[in-house]
Amino acid sequence: MDLSFGPEYSVFRDKVRTFVKEHKDNQPAPGAAPKSAGILNWQALLIEQGYHSRTIPEEYGGYGAAPDIIESRIIAEEFAREQMNTGLGGQGISMLTPVLLEMGTEQQKQQFIRPSIRGELAWCQGYSEPGAGSDLASLTTKAELDGDEWVINGQKIWTSSAHIADWIFCLVRSEPEAPKHQGISFLLFEMNTPGIEIRPLVDMTGNANFNEVFFTDVRVPKHQIVGQRGQGWKVANAILGHERGSLAPPDAANSRLNGVIRLMQQETIDGQRIIDNPVFRDRLMKLQGQVMAMQYNDMRLLSSRINKNQDTKLAGMVVKLIGTELRHEIEGLAIDVMGEIGLSYGDNPYIRGNGSWQHQYMFYLGLIIGGGTSQIQKNIISERGLGMPKEPKIETKRGA
Amino acid sequence: MEFGLSQEQILLQDSINRYLDDQASLDVVRDIAAGDTDDKTIWSGLAEMGVAGLMIPEEHGGVGLGSMDAVIVAECLGYHVTPSAFLSSAVIAPSVLLSAGYTNDLADIAAGTFRVGIAFSEAVGAREKAGIVVSESHLSGKCLFVLDANADAYLIATSEQSIYLIRADAAGVKRNQLTTVDKTQTICELILEEVKAELISTDANIYLKALDTGRVIQAADTLGAAQCMLDQAVAYANQREQFNRVIASFQAVKHMCAEMAANLEPCRSMIWYAGHALQAVPEEAPLIACHAKAHLAEVGRFVAKTATEVHGGMGFTDLVGLHYWFKRIGCNRQLLGSPERLREDAARIQSLN
Repeated sequence: MDLSFGPEYSVFRDKVRTFVKEHKDNQPAPGAAPKSAGILNWQALLIEQGYHSRTIPEEYGGYGAAPDIIESRIIAEEFAREQMNTGLGGQGISMLTPVLLEMGTEQQKQQFIRPSIRGELAWCQGYSEPGAGSDLASLTTKAELDGDEWVINGQKIWTSSAHIADWIFCLVRSEPEAPKHQGISFLLFEMNTPGIEIRPLVDMTGNANFNEVFFTDVRVPKHQIVGQRGQGWKVANAILGHERGSLAPPDAANSRLNGVIRLMQQETIDGQRIIDNPVFRDRLMKLQGQVMAMQYNDMRLLSSRINKNQDTKLAGMVVKLIGTELRHEIEGLAIDVMGEIGLSYGDNPYIRGNGSWQHQYMFYLGLIIGGGTSQIQKNIISERGLGMPKEPKIETKRGA
Repeated sequence: MEFGLSQEQILLQDSINRYLDDQASLDVVRDIAAGDTDDKTIWSGLAEMGVAGLMIPEEHGGVGLGSMDAVIVAECLGYHVTPSAFLSSAVIAPSVLLSAGYTNDLADIAAGTFRVGIAFSEAVGAREKAGIVVSESHLSGKCLFVLDANADAYLIATSEQSIYLIRADAAGVKRNQLTTVDKTQTICELILEEVKAELISTDANIYLKALDTGRVIQAADTLGAAQCMLDQAVAYANQREQFNRVIASFQAVKHMCAEMAANLEPCRSMIWYAGHALQAVPEEAPLIACHAKAHLAEVGRFVAKTATEVHGGMGFTDLVGLHYWFKRIGCNRQLLGSPERLREDAARIQSLN
């Protein structure tokens, strides 16, 4: 067991710390619009300094450093310590860019990566359909080749940020006769293409970040495909793995848990501080133990990315399942700590933390479902982690 | 950076597991549990492998390994529900005696020929008004749920967290074995009347450090036991057929197994880190020790119940023997502090109460 990062990294940490110190008072305000000058300039500065898009080659607009997990970890730690704005995320940056780097053509890399990481080009992800949720590979949005163009017809759902996206990366059925996993293609197209209609989907938090997206004879140039025809499932799976690990980072859970501790020290019932109530304190400590277990699990995963001989397959598979459920519990404890005040939402004058406890409590229920439901995660853990057999197939409508 | 076991630690794990597969099979455990034999043969075998002197420095006859190595051994012992004096004689006692600079018995402890039991219950939380009164180096009173009914001597912690050493055969010692659900760990009560004792320590930190170490080792034992129950559940589900299918192909059964694995797998990292912290990050050790034991008690209870259910009716019988693991996990949960008590300790360590 060696948990030190080694002396060669202390110089690097100092450099990051200096940057954080110099810039913590002139970073963009929380909630600034994604394409405002403040955000775009900040994003450009982060990339220039190597604190964003660190390992993306310079020729595609990144910083061009060699991959070094420990450096990335140090940046994350130092930024988190001062609650620094870590720059833009979103599906174009976290999901599409890695895929293009791995499977895109040179022309696609040149065209898309630079504006995507700089925040000038916003993306949405067209995967789920009304009839293809957990069983994503049964999607039916159709793409037929007509001369040099794909003609797309069908519907997507749960499309985050579709209303503000410039482009979409989209799974379509291009080979209707092939087995279901082999008939899918991965297309890229502009959201202002004629034939696209976007309808907002209001979620339980009251926000409308999700959308339904309808395609009617949407014409897309033939070359706007990633990978070969029929390889789209492989391409999509490369990024789904990327998504799941990032949905429930334990350090964020720990930071929320510390927020609950502060809340319990401030809130009172009948004049008694909640932190002095043994029932609530026991619930808090129980969650703290669970968060710790996930933090050490995360350390082990980090280490296994450096030392390839360590088998941490199962440790990685459980993060989404346990992490999202745990986060929902943490936010729920905060609500219970506040009693009736915990119900406050919107413009209620008694609201705490801008309503984030209720919002995150609901949001994490969404994440328990989204990105592969908890039940799908349990299938994955039992089949791929524990070697248990798949459910026997009953007759299906499509071959596969 | 390397979060995991070293090559040497993997070798240690392999050799202990091989020995226990061979010499401490479930049949042997059953014989010991039934009282047909005791754990002395296993303990001397483990002592030959260095387990009894694992944490004792070489100059005192041990092998001089650390708490991380002890965690690995404990995991193996829990996996095999092995009856042994490991927790008391090889972990807690050397921790106390070394911290206190009392080295007289260490060579015999390391050889496995002298077993030291632990009477810490009254310092952790007294029940039944049990406790010890000290008068001029003589102890009187009662200690409950003392670890290791076969020990040659006992370390007794008072409610003031001082520690005394008594010999099991000293005048005035009455030892009654206490039957518990878990027949793989022998537990007794000590009734003392003016028993001559040696004062080992009045330093609460020595008691607390030994307690933290013991708690982590016990949590590691639960980790091993729970892992074995999960492995048995998956293996059983993969061969048991109903409705013309192995029951492992039913989602209801798969999801029970997935939930066990999902809760248990992060525990391994937690226990490894705890073992590391005891020797390398002492300022973190008290908190992680409380959380590790409390969390493993909860996850252990869940796995013990769920793995038994996966076995259906057979899980409830003595035939499969799954109950030895169930009861070991249950016993570990209560000894040296139950989860609620540990979480109170965790809050206190952070000044939250």
